[in-house]
Amino acid sequence: MLKIKNIVKQYAQHKALDDVSFEIEKGSIFGLLGPNGAGKTSLIRIINQITAPDSGEIIFQGEKLNPNHISKIGYLPEERGLYKKMEIGEQILYLARLKGLSSADATLKVKYWFEKLEMKDWWKKKVEELSKGMQQKVQFVATVLHEPELLILDEPFTGFDPVNAEIITNEILELNKKGTTIIFSTHRMESVEKLCDSIALIHKSKKVLDGKVTEIRNSYRSQTYEIGFSANSLNGNLPSDYSLVSTSNNKMTIKMNSNTSSNDLLKALIPYVEITSFEEIVPSINDIFIQTVTENN
Amino acid sequence: MNKILLIIRREYLSRVKKKSFIVLTFVVPLLIMIMYAGVIFLIADGDKLSGPRSIVVVDESGIFANQFKNDATTTYLYSTSDIETAKEEFKNSKNDFLLQIPPIGEEKRIRVQIFSEKQPGIGLVSSIGDEIENVIRDKKLLDANIDTAILNNLSTKVSVDTKKLTEDGEKDASTIATFGIGLVCAFLIYLFIFLYGVQVMRGVIEEKTNRIVEVIISSVRPFQLMMGKIIGIAMVGLTQFLLWVILSVAVTSVVGAVFVGGAEKNIIENVQSSTGVTDAEMQAVQETGVMEKVMKELGTINFPFILGCFIFYFLGGYLMYSALFAAIGSAVDNETETQQFMLPITIPLIFAFIISVNVVPNAPDSALAFWLSIIPLTSPVVMMVRIAYEVPTWELLLSMGLLIVGFVFTVWIAGRIYRTGILMYGKKVTFKELGKWLFYK
Repeated sequence: MLKIKNIVKQYAQHKALDDVSFEIEKGSIFGLLGPNGAGKTSLIRIINQITAPDSGEIIFQGEKLNPNHISKIGYLPEERGLYKKMEIGEQILYLARLKGLSSADATLKVKYWFEKLEMKDWWKKKVEELSKGMQQKVQFVATVLHEPELLILDEPFTGFDPVNAEIITNEILELNKKGTTIIFSTHRMESVEKLCDSIALIHKSKKVLDGKVTEIRNSYRSQTYEIGFSANSLNGNLPSDYSLVSTSNNKMTIKMNSNTSSNDLLKALIPYVEITSFEEIVPSINDIFIQTVTENN
Repeated sequence: MNKILLIIRREYLSRVKKKSFIVLTFVVPLLIMIMYAGVIFLIADGDKLSGPRSIVVVDESGIFANQFKNDATTTYLYSTSDIETAKEEFKNSKNDFLLQIPPIGEEKRIRVQIFSEKQPGIGLVSSIGDEIENVIRDKKLLDANIDTAILNNLSTKVSVDTKKLTEDGEKDASTIATFGIGLVCAFLIYLFIFLYGVQVMRGVIEEKTNRIVEVIISSVRPFQLMMGKIIGIAMVGLTQFLLWVILSVAVTSVVGAVFVGGAEKNIIENVQSSTGVTDAEMQAVQETGVMEKVMKELGTINFPFILGCFIFYFLGGYLMYSALFAAIGSAVDNETETQQFMLPITIPLIFAFIISVNVVPNAPDSALAFWLSIIPLTSPVVMMVRIAYEVPTWELLLSMGLLIVGFVFTVWIAGRIYRTGILMYGKKVTFKELGKWLFYK
């Protein structure tokens, strides 16, 4: 769907993107993650052809990125805005037509979305008469109206109340089911971890990590288990294959040292304690990010 | 291209539909009408406003008996009492003014007194002064044995006709009228560049602070957005101008038909009675008067040529300046920050206007006038005035050509500043910074 190849973007004082490359599969939900100022927005602007890279190229559906692709991409910027004095209906129509929709087509689609998101009475209202949350909804409709094949959402959930965030998340998932490729860009990694199939981590203008979420997390597994127990305690009766990382009243963390399986660990523990829970600790993307960044430093 | 049309359409409609546009468009011709009607009313009926008035004349010189002429509003009464008794009588009467003329000898200056309860108008004071001067002059001339017939022939009205010698023979030159029209056009261009240039700047700032700009430039190129805005607002300006012309013409012709038809005779009568000229003299004034001359000249003006120049210089000047205004708007976060950038733009424009009012009329072919009418930043205003003096064709073509080069260049520069500026927030921008933006990829 989208191949990003060796993108470099230099601003006067600093390098915003330094040789960034990764790929996004068609139909996937992709997380573009990294702290504030890492270069996410710079990259998104390049994908949207708002700015051009100094070197490197982007391949969209097998072709070099060009102005024909504009109508196939939907973009919700981090800083949102609408014309305050313009009527909502008219405004969405205008934005849709700028994306290349015909007037009739755009009108039909606006009506469909207004119906769907219960915004029917808003047509004649002006943006300044709406609440923040309502404005976000309008903005979302304007972003997806032209049925883009690639939807780029920059910090999509900031400013939404939980109810609306839920509605919008469901709409995004529905679009994804219909085949839309989605890019989430955010610095709040935990918010999209569950939604994303793949991610790329950007830190200080460089890509530090990318791949499928499950694979990344598996590769960062450290064979550590958290065990809940009641009654008694180990009292040091742990075989040398295992080491006790931490322990408290009824929970302990144990790391396996050699190639033993989780069943072996259970067997070793059963004689001494009564086990109430047993779970492998798989690091979160956030943990992995922190780990990677500290390693790189 | 289709997208730029959409932007032009939005910029145009969103402004034309605004209440302020409609109000301004219709109120201005209305104001012109009120002003026009007011002037006519004042000329025709101004004297009647004060109502009838009576003036008691105490003539101590003995030469003014029945010399003042009564008219519709002013009645002169002659008192034979001395001034102190006349004052007492005046206090008890209903007369408005008491005029005391002292004995007149050989002195160069004499002092005349008007007594009244209320302040007499300037018009009355000066017309009484003129009247007295005339009477004294006539008397002195008569005393010197000069015939009144010769007196009447003393004054000769002179009018200067300008004719140009060209290869086709003599042509009536029309400097006064064309200069007037040129000046009006220059003023309109100056006004419109400011008015609508600032609107472009405001529009850009609005989009930037609204943050909608990023949504839009993910659909269209920044340059299209900028040009769409500039062209859309230019069309608003032309629409407003056209409506003003149409409405003003309509309104003044209606007012003219209603008021002037009846009032014209009144005006002439009033002028005659207040200046005391005869019909024959009036005729002479009309034939050689300035108004007549201007009317005659208006007929010789090449209106299509002037209008063509106006539209060309208006559009050229507007495009150039509004592109710069757009660049300023893109570089700042709010309107208060625009000051430092506005100054270098407004100075050439104000300078051009001052020069075209003060220097060009006196020295239309001076080096200053020539260069300012060639340089694109000032030519839209200065050249419009110079056109009245028949500029050589090559100068006009050079000026127009350079204006086109000028606006293509400024639009290019502005476009480069604009596309960087609209995405730049929270940064105090300097001129040096703007220079760097020109060379970003």
